[in-house]
Amino acid sequence: MDQLLQHFANTIIMGGTYALLGIGLTLIFGIMRIVNFTHGELYAFGAYMMYFFATIIGMNFFVAIAFAIAAGMLLGMLLEFSLLRPKRGADIDTTMLIMIGAWIIMQNLEHLTWGGIAKSIPSPLPETPLVIGPISISWLRLMVLVIALLLIAATYSVINLTKLGKAMRATFQDSSTAALMGINVNAIYTLTFGFGSALAAAAGALLGPVFVVTPTMGDLASLKAFAIVILGGLGNITGAAIGGFILALAEEIGAGYISSGYRDAMGFVIIIIVLLFRPTGLFARAERVG
Amino acid sequence: MNRYFPLVALVFFAAVPLWLQDQYYLHTLVVAGIFMLAAMSLNLLLGYTGQLSLGHVAFFGIGAYVSALTSLGFDVTVFGRQISVEPWPPFLGLLLGMATAGLCGYLIGKLAFRVRGAYFVIVTISFAEVVRLVALNWVDLTNGPLALPGIPPLTLGFEWTGYVTLWGKAENYYVVLVFIALAYLLMKRLVQSPYGRAMIALRENETLAVSVGVSVTKYLVLAAVVSGAVAGLAGGLYAHYIQIIDPMIFMFLNTVTMVIIVITGGKGTLAGPVVGGLIFGLAPVFLRNYVGPEVQWILYGCLMILIVFILPQGIVPEIERWFNRAKPDRRNDAAGQEGSSVLALARSGRANH
Repeated sequence: MDQLLQHFANTIIMGGTYALLGIGLTLIFGIMRIVNFTHGELYAFGAYMMYFFATIIGMNFFVAIAFAIAAGMLLGMLLEFSLLRPKRGADIDTTMLIMIGAWIIMQNLEHLTWGGIAKSIPSPLPETPLVIGPISISWLRLMVLVIALLLIAATYSVINLTKLGKAMRATFQDSSTAALMGINVNAIYTLTFGFGSALAAAAGALLGPVFVVTPTMGDLASLKAFAIVILGGLGNITGAAIGGFILALAEEIGAGYISSGYRDAMGFVIIIIVLLFRPTGLFARAERVG
Repeated sequence: MNRYFPLVALVFFAAVPLWLQDQYYLHTLVVAGIFMLAAMSLNLLLGYTGQLSLGHVAFFGIGAYVSALTSLGFDVTVFGRQISVEPWPPFLGLLLGMATAGLCGYLIGKLAFRVRGAYFVIVTISFAEVVRLVALNWVDLTNGPLALPGIPPLTLGFEWTGYVTLWGKAENYYVVLVFIALAYLLMKRLVQSPYGRAMIALRENETLAVSVGVSVTKYLVLAAVVSGAVAGLAGGLYAHYIQIIDPMIFMFLNTVTMVIIVITGGKGTLAGPVVGGLIFGLAPVFLRNYVGPEVQWILYGCLMILIVFILPQGIVPEIERWFNRAKPDRRNDAAGQEGSSVLALARSGRANH
């Protein structure tokens, strides 16, 4: 029982960052319909930027997180502007091939820049974990969860409550009508891609100090993000948030009770099962965005 | 291109080991040939049915593991029952690897009926990753990350002829060349048959093709089975040639290599994967003097993006267009209506069954 409680605690902590990854990708894959293989690389990029700002430059930990997120947003906007804008309206395979190319380039650039040795980012939070009854949680992970939840709430408000969010939803529902209504459609595309990328970078910046930072950390992150998006239903932000927690739970249970070697297999098994039996995602009737 | 060109190319490549004695170059050519074979199989799905299988390395790896395990023999306990397999002749292992990969192709093909486009891509990636994790974690069977060493090389022959074991590079070169030629003939027969025309019709306009009676599942499954089996064959050849395999064989980058070969050479053309395979098989020979593997991958990535932007059809169709431009009398009417050609394709595909 105590073990199960600890698994639940771990689930909630990991679920927060998975939700960030998933929400970022649901904006890009679910709403913009771009099969974005660079999502995991933006996650790795966020982690490396966190390493750069916090460890190399020596910035304040929390300021460094903000800078890493901003860097991820800029890189995402650059990607959309340079690679996707010229091919807008092309079929899904074309953009997919472009994104695979971009993914290889980004991963190997990271390898060249930072080397293959894993980097660790020291955190300023106390080392001794917080112990509540049978559960122990490190302060760092708790902080990661809090920031992740704040970012999720912020994303939700931007998409649903602001004029910008309304413009985004309008653009991806019917871009020509949106353009006729005076929305700068090009800017919205770039901004949305940047927004999704910023969330991926945020997940990387938050998990970088928890784990270590390596050039290949993005590979699994991309695929896990796809699992979360499919689980939650394409373009469904609430679905992606819940999907993040479900994937984290599946991984915890899988690692704890089946075999830790199969932890990473859970996401793929979820993808295959959901697509076979409920391709619209688990929350198809829930509120849809886009 | 000229009808005799494939034959000329075959004769040329058959003559290569006669003057090329350098073991490193021969080795490069053998590996290039194996990946060419894998790319040819991917081309059937990607180029002719239009389904991008990004888990193609799964078929390759399954072929390699099945062939390696059956020729090494193994002991494994499944659900409390002990299964022991004595070492088989490598050639039978190769065929069994092909059959297993083809069976997996059947399952993936059935799946393709339910999910298309981006979903199909993600399902195939997931499939490959699950297989990779099984190969990594089922240590009793696959030795996990410690790899399977000492895979015997292929032996040819029968009881009454005596056996020849293929240790050398040149022997393996010829085996790979023969399989490439066979696969090329198979693909040519297939895509020029009514079956192939039905596949192309599905790629061009699925709704229209279905409306005239082309069965989606039937042709997608057929393409996936053939494609999986040929990729499994390539994997088996790889295992017996390199003689050691580990779960890294399921690396996503291997699929990416096949995709780049097909896209660069020209998807949906018979010669495309051959040309692309030669380019990317030989590129490391020239590049390794100047740049490390990371830069090489960056260059591949840039090339992939450039191809999509500049030559979306790939190199081979571009060369064909150039040839046809020189002979204007043989130029096809480029302004053929898509709909009517799809109808014609679909009708000829349907007429034969």
